[in-house]
Amino acid sequence: MTALPEKTGRKLGLAIDLDTCVGCHACVISCKGWNTENYGAPLSDQDPYGDASGTFLNRIHSYEVQPDFGSAQVVHFPKSCLHCEDAPCVTVCPTGASYKRIEDGIVLVNESDCIGCGLCAWACPYGARELDLAEGVMKKCTLCVDRIYNENLPEGDRVPACVRTCPAGARHFGDFADPESEVSKLSAERGGFDLMPEQGTKPVNKYLPPRQKDLLDEIDAIDVLAPLLEIKKSRNSGFIKWLDRALGKF
Amino acid sequence: MHPTPSIIIFTTLSGLGFGLLFWLGIGMPPVTGWEAFAYYFAAFALAAGGLVSSTFHLGRPERALKAFTQWSTSWLSREGICAVAALLVFGINAAGAVFWNVRVPVLGYIGSVLALGTVFATSMIYAQLNTVPLWKTHLTPVLFLLASIAGGALLGAHALISAMLLPVAALVQAIWWMRGDRIRNEMETTIETATGLGNAGKVRSFEPPHTGANYLLREFAFEVGRKNARRLRMIALTLAYTLPFFAIILAPDHWHVLAVPTAVVHLAGVAVARWLFFAEAVHVVGHYYGRR
Repeated sequence: MTALPEKTGRKLGLAIDLDTCVGCHACVISCKGWNTENYGAPLSDQDPYGDASGTFLNRIHSYEVQPDFGSAQVVHFPKSCLHCEDAPCVTVCPTGASYKRIEDGIVLVNESDCIGCGLCAWACPYGARELDLAEGVMKKCTLCVDRIYNENLPEGDRVPACVRTCPAGARHFGDFADPESEVSKLSAERGGFDLMPEQGTKPVNKYLPPRQKDLLDEIDAIDVLAPLLEIKKSRNSGFIKWLDRALGKF
Repeated sequence: MHPTPSIIIFTTLSGLGFGLLFWLGIGMPPVTGWEAFAYYFAAFALAAGGLVSSTFHLGRPERALKAFTQWSTSWLSREGICAVAALLVFGINAAGAVFWNVRVPVLGYIGSVLALGTVFATSMIYAQLNTVPLWKTHLTPVLFLLASIAGGALLGAHALISAMLLPVAALVQAIWWMRGDRIRNEMETTIETATGLGNAGKVRSFEPPHTGANYLLREFAFEVGRKNARRLRMIALTLAYTLPFFAIILAPDHWHVLAVPTAVVHLAGVAVARWLFFAEAVHVVGHYYGRR
């Protein structure tokens, strides 16, 4: 049913560190690689060697942040389903295909019930759901539900594909309902925040803010080279001085 | 929001069809025999035609029946149930009126309530969405319901009622647009709240995640020029409300001849307004792409 559970046993989700993400898109590739051949329908591409449009469950934006003082900073920004506690995508579903699991809070789509009306994607403020054009059903991040409980995989691989592959360690997987879990402690320590809190979705995934960078603008930082770089006032004389003035007259 | 033709056709046609059914249900006009056949045929063609059109935007239309199961939570499901219930009730009603010249008022009233319920549920599909601030207002159901019963009154040839309802519907439409213009510049959701980076400084999209288009951009990032939008609003108001209103006022004696052509002009105007309803609406996901 598309009613949301009042409470979920665990709250599985990701803590995404915007300070360490280097924007390599490796998580995008590993996500697509795992999910196109496991749970549910494959993630299709349309015209992959031309205009290239396709279904992805995880995408990396990049933003420029310009503080009032100091230099601008680029922040790479991974975005996938946030497995919200008050998931608006679930309640709008007319068929019951979308649901939030009571045991761990993962939001999933039962693809054999999905009619591809797209209303859940309209209801999601984060753009976490994409309609697969080949299959005609809604696709979304499953938190790699077929990895995290999969006893056929070595224990180290029982995390979402994006987390497993991240070379920078920017994605952390765990239970946010347990205050002692690694992700809960990490989020508390680093001031993890919600995306679009005003939308009232209560996302489970938390984002860790980028740390303050060094301030290049402080004079001392560049003072060593400053004398060499100083542009000298014109000290021309004689013919050069005359030429300079003559040209200036034109 | 992308103005999908099948959804515009659906909300426009079935809005008018259910509006006409509403009037037929309360016995205005109290038709029987061939006259009833003509009225009910027009109403069913519009209402059911719109419903069939709405299935064209589905990725998996063959599973559409599953959409009747989630009435307890989903407005889309409620809309489907209301629509089918209304059509069933009016089917019985129409059969009685056409074949046996019998009208069952109670059945008609139930049908009328279900017809209005359908239009209300349709409007709530849009009005419930936090993600589209332009739609998220109590005015949206009022707008849909008024357009529906005003159009139904036109098609049902109720000159006086139409002449009263058309200006009210036009006024609500104008207020709805003015509200939209006002909130456009004071949205709660911004690129700063979307990324959560507002504390660090001014945020600008530096590079999108993909070089090609995707489902999100096709579905949500439709932009219509402001200048064109203003022109289209005038066209919509003129066709949907002004022309039909003056047709009634200036030619009351020929009203029975004019009812159908006027309703067609009205329908065209409502279709333009519905196109704008989608095309002008902005989805908050656009902030992630630096669009608003």
